[in-house]
Amino acid sequence: MKKLNKKILFAILLIIAFCQLFPLYWLITFSLKSNAEIFGENVLGLPRYWLWENYATALNDGGILRYFINSIIYTGLTVIIVGVLTSMSAYAIARMKWKSKDLVFSIFTLGIMIPTQAALLPLFQVIDKLGLKGGYLGLLIPYVAFGIPMSVMILTGFYKGIPREMEEAAYIDGCGVFKCFVTIMLPMIRPALATASIFTFLGAWNELMFANTLIDSDLYRTLPVGIMSFAGQYTTNWGLIGAGMVIATLPTILIYFLLSNQVQQSLIAGAIKG
Amino acid sequence: MDRILGKKSYIAVFVLPTLLIFLGFVVVPLITTGIYSLFEYNGVGKMNFLGLSNYIKLFTEDRYFPNALKNSFILAGASIFIQLPISFILALILSRGVKGEKYFRTIYFIPVVISSMVIGQLWMRIFRSDYGLLNIFIRALGPKDFEFSWLSEPKTAFLSTVVPAVWQYIGYHMLIYYAGIKSISPDYYEAAQIDGASKLMTTFKITIPLLAPVIKTSLIFSLTGSLRSFDLIYVMTGGGPNHASEVPATLMYNNLFRKSLYGYGSAQAFFIVLECLIFSLIIGRLFKRAEENVSVV
Repeated sequence: MKKLNKKILFAILLIIAFCQLFPLYWLITFSLKSNAEIFGENVLGLPRYWLWENYATALNDGGILRYFINSIIYTGLTVIIVGVLTSMSAYAIARMKWKSKDLVFSIFTLGIMIPTQAALLPLFQVIDKLGLKGGYLGLLIPYVAFGIPMSVMILTGFYKGIPREMEEAAYIDGCGVFKCFVTIMLPMIRPALATASIFTFLGAWNELMFANTLIDSDLYRTLPVGIMSFAGQYTTNWGLIGAGMVIATLPTILIYFLLSNQVQQSLIAGAIKG
Repeated sequence: MDRILGKKSYIAVFVLPTLLIFLGFVVVPLITTGIYSLFEYNGVGKMNFLGLSNYIKLFTEDRYFPNALKNSFILAGASIFIQLPISFILALILSRGVKGEKYFRTIYFIPVVISSMVIGQLWMRIFRSDYGLLNIFIRALGPKDFEFSWLSEPKTAFLSTVVPAVWQYIGYHMLIYYAGIKSISPDYYEAAQIDGASKLMTTFKITIPLLAPVIKTSLIFSLTGSLRSFDLIYVMTGGGPNHASEVPATLMYNNLFRKSLYGYGSAQAFFIVLECLIFSLIIGRLFKRAEENVSVV
């Protein structure tokens, strides 16, 4: 009886794992096939002829390379800027002595609850008025702004858990605030900074609504929006579209496989603390 | 040390840049949306104050909003009653230690890190009438010439977008529960075992009550996530066919950026914020007693 139970439970795990993986398997295989295979007899199997050309064509002729570089620029800068800004402000909230720090912290934490669409129109107008709409800065600023709250929350929590002795010794020795922050604090918060950065990275890399509204030219488009227009352009060529989609997913999957524990930690950080 | 860390100029340098960006590009826009929602405004002309009539119009004159709201509640219902139980059962099984536990966890979580645009494009193809994966399976099981275009029939279009939404985040909630279960001290289970409690009983009497805070968070996340959902529907159906699969956020997007109804669209945006807030508070209230009981344990 007990053995049978175990088998049933294991079967449930396997069935769900199959459901989670099969669509992705299908995506990867059709990204390497010709239409003849996708729409013909070989719908589900591995490609008979592995058409790596699909990837080359998508990257070059389809413009995916440009979107890919753009996405790296937006996401990379967002991660760096949010990391610098929030490691400083979280330090101030966790360690410095000032009256309204609790108020400021609760403003940031409330920000986690704000859906992006609630700020979309006024942001659009401000970015337009500043003359930044359609360029790199016009999308970078909202990404940074919306990346701030979660990062502040994760980092503040971490700072509070660090014992004060190290800093105290440094300050008594006459170390200045900036030097102490850079040489003592930053190395210590590295794990939390990694957690927060992964969260920021995924949010920016996958973002669709802002990118769709604030960018109007092909030159500055990100992958999510780029793929959407790409899919509209090559509607019937599934292999190409599939290749584009795989390319867009590759960085997140790669980071996930390399750092799967940290990524999992990062995405549930908000849930467990909140 | 206190003297250095209390110096105003240092505090300003450390906090102000972040705070100003956040206030300027998140908080002020949010408040502005709230203000716009009380006006009739097309972005260029004069703003006419309407009071709350934009909000009243949502339910009295808007042909699509009530249905869009209903759709978002269907999505919320599917998340809460289908997705969360699946996630919970998976977490329970995995937390008891199974062969390949780590691999299962990794696999379930993969869809979470993929952009909803890719997920949407992929599932659009799964639901295709001719070469879609779903119909291929149906044909393999029964009617050989089965054809049905799931996304272009008003009756199935919205439900077809619910499937990937539920599918994508199973692993996310599973992991939240898993982390929660793992943090429960094994002492409780040992004590229960000595008292002769069955595994099912310990699940209901120990695991679930102790997980109350975690269940609360995952409920709030999946409910508010459903009410504000946009990406998948925007990619898969665009709210069609004939507005059958609209949700409040897709209507809002159209009103703001296609029809320039800035006041009315802002009312829809702000409505989403308000309902998320209200439901979070309600869930928090409902769980307050459950959490107090936990602290007694």
